[in-house]
This record gives sequence, C-alpha cells and structure tokens, in this order.
Amino acid sequence: MSELKLMKGNEALAEAAIRAGADAYFGYPITPQSEVIEYLMTERPENRTGMVVLQAESEVAAINMVYGAASTGKKVLTSSSSPGISLKLEGISYLAGAELPAVIVNVVRGGPGLGTIQPSQADYFQSVKGGGHGDYKLYVLAPASVQEMADFVEDAFDIAFKYRAPVLILSDGIIGQMMEKVYLKPQKERLTDAELIEKHGDWAVTGRKGRERNVITSLDLQSEKMEARVHRLMKKYEQMEKEDLRYEKIDCDDAEYLIVAYGSSARISQKAVELARKEGLKVGLLRPITLFPFPKKQLLELTDQVKGILSVELSAGQMVEDVRLSVEHKVPVEHFGRTGGIIHTPEEILEALEQKIIKNGTIRHHKTRESSIL
Amino acid sequence: MTEEIIIAGFGGQGVLSMGKILAYSGIMQDQEVSWMPSYGPEMRGGTANVTVILSDNKISSPYLKIFDTAIILNQQSMDKFEESVKPGGILIYDPNGISHQPTRTDIKIFQIEGIKLASEMGNKKIFNMVILGAFLKVKPIVQLDNVIAGLKKSLSERYHHLIPLNEKAITMGMNKVSLLKIVENIS
Repeated sequence: MSELKLMKGNEALAEAAIRAGADAYFGYPITPQSEVIEYLMTERPENRTGMVVLQAESEVAAINMVYGAASTGKKVLTSSSSPGISLKLEGISYLAGAELPAVIVNVVRGGPGLGTIQPSQADYFQSVKGGGHGDYKLYVLAPASVQEMADFVEDAFDIAFKYRAPVLILSDGIIGQMMEKVYLKPQKERLTDAELIEKHGDWAVTGRKGRERNVITSLDLQSEKMEARVHRLMKKYEQMEKEDLRYEKIDCDDAEYLIVAYGSSARISQKAVELARKEGLKVGLLRPITLFPFPKKQLLELTDQVKGILSVELSAGQMVEDVRLSVEHKVPVEHFGRTGGIIHTPEEILEALEQKIIKNGTIRHHKTRESSIL
Repeated sequence: MTEEIIIAGFGGQGVLSMGKILAYSGIMQDQEVSWMPSYGPEMRGGTANVTVILSDNKISSPYLKIFDTAIILNQQSMDKFEESVKPGGILIYDPNGISHQPTRTDIKIFQIEGIKLASEMGNKKIFNMVILGAFLKVKPIVQLDNVIAGLKKSLSERYHHLIPLNEKAITMGMNKVSLLKIVENIS
C-alpha cells in the first residue's frame, strides 16, 4: 500500500531513499537542498532499515565516501546544490571512470559562484556536458513534481545498477522547496551482500573469500586498456539512448508552436500552454524527463509539424543548444528564461513565445515587468 | 474548481503554516494541492509569502503571477500583491499596520481585524487561524471538518491539544463576517 503525504520535494526524496532500500547517504548541508539531510537526520533511518546517514566534513569528503561505499556494491546516494556539486565533480568523474553505481542529487540554485540561494536551472551544461574531466556522461533525470522527486530515487538506483554508472537527479529550488501530494511506496528491504551479488553480479569489493580479487579503479596506465574502458563507457551511453530515454508530450498532437522545458520550467510552461490555448494558439510542450539521453529524434520529428520552438529554462540559454542540434535548423529555435533566482511567470513565457517565435501574434495589453528578459 | 491563492505577510505571522493547513484541507477532500513558499533570507520580521493552489485537476504551474485571492497581512505585501489579484478576484487584508489602503475598484476587498480578534481571544498565535476563518467564509472552498482534519495532519501530536483553540479561532474569523467590510462590491 502506498502512503499519501504532503511533503516538500527534498523531504519526499529523502523518505523515498529510505524506502528504496538505500544503504547509505553522505552529504553536507546547503540551501536549497538542506531538507534532505535534515529529514534523514530527524528520521534516523538507521533505526528503520539500518541505512547509514552521515554528515561529512565537506562535499568533497561526501562524494569520496560515496565512491568508497559504492565500491562495495551498496546503494548509496549524496545530495547538494550547485556550488556543492561543483566541489563533487572530481569524485563524480572518478565514479564514472571506475564504473560505480551511485545517485547524486543536485537541487540547483543560481550561479555562477556562490550566486544566490533562489531557484535556477543553470547547471544544465554541468550536468549533461561532462562537468568533471574526461569522456563520460551522466544519466540525468529531471523531476518536475514532488511525486517525481520521490519516484526518481528508485528509478535512478535501477539505472545506476543496470549500467554500473553514476546517475544524476537534477532538481531545483522550486521542486525541492514546494509541497505537493506524494504517494510513497512501501519499504523495500536492503540487499545483503549475497543478494547483491546475485542481482548485480560479482564485481564489487565484498571480501575476496577464495575468488579472484575485484579491483575498483579509474586508473589505467596502459593506453589500450584505457581506450577499451572509454569505449565500454560509450557503449553504455549508446544503450541508455536506445533503452532508457524518457520524455513527456503535452498537447503536441495539433501543435503549431512548441515549448521545450524540463523540471520546474516545464510546470510553468504547461500553464503558458493553457493560457495560449485559451487565446486560440495551438501550442504544445515537450518535456524531456531525461536530459541525457535527450529526446533528439522526437524533437526532429516535430519539426514536420511546428513552425518554431521556444526553449524555456531558468538560465541564460543552455538546453537551447541541444534543442538546436536536435532540429538541425529545420525550424527557428529561441531561448527564454530568467536568471539570478527570478522565476519566469506563465504570462512571461507566453509573451516570449509570441514575440520571439510567433512574432505576428496578438498584441498583449497586460503590464510586463521591466527587466532584462533574455 | 481551481483556486489560486497568495498569502503574504511578515515571517512569524504563520503565513506558511496557514498555507500548509489549507493545502492539507484540500488533500482531505481529495483535491490536488501545491504549496510554493518564498524561501531564502526572509526570517522573523522579514516578508514571507506562499502560493497555494487547490484544484480538482492536476496543477500545472505552482508559481503564478496573478491570483484568485490575495490574503495580505502587511504593507509591503499590499504594495507587492494588490496588483496581482485577477479582475473580479478577492483581496482580504488585516488593516492593522496598513498605511495605504487598497485602491483597486475591479476586485472585492474584505477586511478582517485578525490581530485584534486574536488578542481579544488571549492568544496572538492563533491570528493566522482567524484570517483563515475569514477566507473560508468569503471562499468556502474547503469544509471546516476537512480543515480540522488538515490541522490534525499538519500539527505533530504534542500540539493536538491546541486544535480546539484553533477551531475556535477559525470559527471566530468566520462568524465575525460582519467585521469583513466590503469596500467595493462589483458583483
């Protein structure tokens, strides 16, 4: 039986981690993500499931604790917000290189630098274009509701173990801080070492016990071996594109214009679609649920139908590059988004769509904020 | 039914918890709800606001520019949100501490002496429940039973002995409807 609760996105994610049978959480507090560790510290999951929760001395320590725990085949996660994720990137690259399953959560705030504690989606490049060094990618899930904050934890662990690769949940200050209804799944048992080997294979460092030793490392000084490792990673990413792409189409069937948005911006854009439809404008929304893999083919297909695309993101224009690459210049693509922690309103999105894409659209009479609309 | 509400005032006035109780009440009657706070450097004495949406349908944007109802509890919030009420919508405010009265003529404006009533009842902390009562009288979108059930869910058990007091405050806000002054009635 699932349980209905009213929770913040951050709290829902923390509770879902316990219920998914996670073995450990290592983190360090930072706004707007702190409720994750706060909730776990209050809930004391060590008494419920034996899950370890530890506040590390820094983000760097936390990600390396994740590396250590993941090496033993355990279900382990960490969370932070933008500046903290920047600190974790070295560790994330190592996790990808060493082919370790782990879940990393970024509740994004405005940057660069310390930036602002207010919501932002300006970590798109960092999330999907590497971030850390070397040839690697992260499977990136972008929740757009409190329910998805909960559901994606288990999904992320499934993907992480399917591919033996780190998975990123890319949220933001809106989804993390808001409260919505959430249905929580029943408690899953944590796996024993024997169950873990049976389910995921005998690759982890669980104690040698008469078998050949398992080595977890991202280092290969022999170039041929290192290249083979890189090729193995690329194969995983190809397979992710084939098997684990996720997206949602809203009102796309008859759409003449398209908005592309993920996470909180997708929610706000959906309201813009509702407003547009009231004005008789046939606007649809494509929401990438995974940012890598990205719904390239689906976007390209839509160019047969739509006259233009507005990419909406709480950034100065990052995802718009992938949208443009996907549609191969077949239709105009523009970006709209507020930055600095300001959240765009549905009305602003509709106005941007009319001005940048529809152009000869109806003249709007309501007052607009005087500001640098990008 | 969809009701889009902004509640705005000082931190410490119970703005966020009023919104939370409202959201819980919506859940009690099987509605979709969203509760989106302004978070950040605001603290006791600073400004705080929360957008609450209750709907029979799935909620798209939790963040809005215009609202069906604005519940306004200080001057800064009046300056910021009077313009954000949809034409024909509702503005409810506590005149305590308001120096510039609202001037819109295309919305319904109600007053509730929340702070005064709460003080008279001997507990200033129930101020937000008086305001909630006033709102529910003007917009009966949730039943009182569901609000009480929502309160039980929202408060941890060690505070459950305070529920009768909260209920009294809500009823006070509702019953003092005569204190709600309709400044402008366009309907």
